Amino acid sequence: MSQVKRPLSPHLTIYKPQLTSIMSITHRITGLALVAGSVLLVAWLWAAAYSPSIYTQIQSLFVTPLGSLLLMGWTLAFYYHLCNGIRHLFWDMGKGFELPTVYRSGITVIVVALTLSAVTWVMALSVTAEQ
Amino acid sequence: MRSRLGIAKGLGSSHHGVQHFWLQRVTAVALIPLTLWFITSLITTVVSSDIIYVAQWFASPINAILTVLLLIALFMHARLGVQVVIEDYISCKVKRYSLLIANNLVSIGLSVISIFAVLKLHLLDVVASSL
Repeated sequence: MSQVKRPLSPHLTIYKPQLTSIMSITHRITGLALVAGSVLLVAWLWAAAYSPSIYTQIQSLFVTPLGSLLLMGWTLAFYYHLCNGIRHLFWDMGKGFELPTVYRSGITVIVVALTLSAVTWVMALSVTAEQ
Repeated sequence: MRSRLGIAKGLGSSHHGVQHFWLQRVTAVALIPLTLWFITSLITTVVSSDIIYVAQWFASPINAILTVLLLIALFMHARLGVQVVIEDYISCKVKRYSLLIANNLVSIGLSVISIFAVLKLHLLDVVASSL
């Protein structure tokens, strides 16, 4: 029964993208990206505990351009998901549903997430530079 | 966490009442301080190629316990989040149930593996035992 093909009204092709819908799907996408990152976290912890050779391999991957780019992307995904998650918690309390507030809190989330990512990376790079 | 009528009727798409919603929020709130603490610790103390430094960091019971709490809350939150994604997009019963089961097994598996790694780093001297 799930194989029967029926016509569908157009959705993504005709609906105007808005901050609300884009931020919502981005929250889901960043969540999935963080899950992928957590698999790497487990690998890193495991290597630190049980395999020093794999640990040094992972650490050396982190300093490559691609590795650093992935880590920076992951940091941005993390801070976005964190800030938008807090926005969700306010909604759960019933606060902030007025449309202007939704847009203002949305912009705030994006700005704060970008700022926190930048600060984190400046700090991380300066700490590694000292070593 | 559900009403008796809800239990009797098996109401809701996940058939679990409000428990999923509540656990997702509780783990979210717990993850805010835990993740911020972990990221701050990572960039200020553990950004190092030296595995001995990492092992020493986990020797502190505060670091070890907070990390374990982080891992528990993280994998609970991730499992619930992925569950919703699967339930939203997969309608074929075979794929749906196998992915839901796989999600549970992988989430619990990853949490146990990572907690074991932290315990190993904390309880045993990784320098003496493997290098």
